[in-house]
Amino acid sequence: MFLQQLLNGITLGSTYALIALGYTMVYGIVQLINFAHGEIYMFGAAVGLFLVTVAGFSLVPALLGAMTFCMLLGVLVEKIAYRPLRGKSSRLSALISAIGVSIFLSTFMLLIAGPNTRRYPEVVNPTTYHIGSLQLSSMQIIILLVAALLMIGLNLMIQKTRLGMAMRATSEDLEAAYLMGIDVDRIISLTFAIGSALAGAGGVMVGIYYNAVFPYMGTMVGLKAFSAAVLGGIGSVPGAMLGGITLGILEIMGVAYISSSFKDAIAFGILIIVLLIRPQGLLGKKISKKV
Amino acid sequence: MDAFITQQIDAYYLRIIIIIGINIILALGLNLTTGVTGQLSMGHAGFMSLGAYTAAILSLHTTLPFVVVLIAGAMAAALFGIIIGIPSLRLEGDYLAIVTIGFAEIVRVFFLNFELGGKAVGLAGIPQQTTFSIVFLIMMVVIFLNITLLNSHTGKALYSIRENEIAAQACGVNTTQLKILCFAMGAFLGGLGGGLYASYMYYISPGEFGFMKSIEILNMVVLGGMGSIPGTILGVIILTIAPEFLRVVADYRLLFYGAMLVILMIFRPNGLMGDIRWYDIKKRLPKKEVKKCQS
Repeated sequence: MFLQQLLNGITLGSTYALIALGYTMVYGIVQLINFAHGEIYMFGAAVGLFLVTVAGFSLVPALLGAMTFCMLLGVLVEKIAYRPLRGKSSRLSALISAIGVSIFLSTFMLLIAGPNTRRYPEVVNPTTYHIGSLQLSSMQIIILLVAALLMIGLNLMIQKTRLGMAMRATSEDLEAAYLMGIDVDRIISLTFAIGSALAGAGGVMVGIYYNAVFPYMGTMVGLKAFSAAVLGGIGSVPGAMLGGITLGILEIMGVAYISSSFKDAIAFGILIIVLLIRPQGLLGKKISKKV
Repeated sequence: MDAFITQQIDAYYLRIIIIIGINIILALGLNLTTGVTGQLSMGHAGFMSLGAYTAAILSLHTTLPFVVVLIAGAMAAALFGIIIGIPSLRLEGDYLAIVTIGFAEIVRVFFLNFELGGKAVGLAGIPQQTTFSIVFLIMMVVIFLNITLLNSHTGKALYSIRENEIAAQACGVNTTQLKILCFAMGAFLGGLGGGLYASYMYYISPGEFGFMKSIEILNMVVLGGMGSIPGTILGVIILTIAPEFLRVVADYRLLFYGAMLVILMIFRPNGLMGDIRWYDIKKRLPKKEVKKCQS
């Protein structure tokens, strides 16, 4: 029973982690809480649904299509709503701009798709595998596999490639990176593109797993993914992965052993306690303030 | 007074005016915490709901006078403000934002399961004691006290925490005490606004005090200009009236609202009145403009 819950928690948590990565990467570079990120995740789920039902795609092409769409959407949002504000405003103005984008996108989806919850048709054979007393559905396996693949790919990219090095440099010190000849604007666009693509992938998989796609699905998940990013230490990529999985496990355990109606309160309550003990998050670097 | 006003002003406009008044009280509370002291709070709706529920339950189950009920609601919120203020001593920026978001969510979930508060259905039939003159009177008192506070020694100390906490500490500002104080005051005004809101609306439910409500109030403070009282009032007026004007575009209302936030921020990145210094304007007025050499 406990192991089963742990497994469910890891599944849920790995989708949180995918979305939290977008928050943390963007935050690491431009110190902006990208509130539109939850809506990009919602668009991922919706575009995936569209590709599966209308265009008749199977799972993998639909996933790739949704990721590409989200990538473009993320870059576009950054160009229109965040770039004009960069460098000349306080961080809170950019935050309000992000909230504006988030309201705009969810209303846009509401207008074109209606408020109803839509369901994915069966894209995966609903087989359940038994390992001892553990039950593992085929969709859970796919979620875990895709999430692991994407996260390993992202880590390799950040650690091994030149672009990844440029990204790390930019997040370390934007101005110094600029002076070293890094095209900072391009790196920021790239960050938004990668983060949004990951959120899109998360959207499609959550949409299929919970079988529900609706215009406001991004708000709560966005909030939780952001919490996961902060829990892991915002700005830290491994932190977002750890934070996402931790939050997922906490949430499932809270439902299983305490009370399902207090689900969100438990997750946030533990989060607050963790932050009080470790104010910089689980894997965050402690930055001493300079005078 | 109130009878006269309800006769003279159309009910629809009166409603908007009263909501503006309540929102000004709410936003000035958040302005103290986030605008003046710079402690990012994204859970103002949590304080609002504490005040609203306390006031609603008291006025449904007791015969206490309205003022006592309001103050009880505000005090309940202020108590939690102090509790939330304590983490602010250790956390800052976005980590603090998460704690406040989490607090508001916990409060919302609590009221969703609170027997006395009607659970998810909410409370109905709250006696409507909020009238135009009460809101107006309280609003004026709140604005006056805010101006007095911000011009006082304590007010300057609060601003100094926003500008540079370490420097403020070095100058002998008791940052620990003041940060908790700013949360308590912000929460007090949040609870006060919540009590007025509950009594004006007849009906409250936990859903109304969600994350979007907190964001709505934060928008007002940031849009108007952080830490500026006239700015906050202007922000409240614009963001309360805008959705009403946007009713002409019906379903597209929120679409325009979202786009408006982005556009306003692009053109006035420091808020509408955040970078206006009255002192400079006064000084500049009588003089002719002198052209500066561009070097």
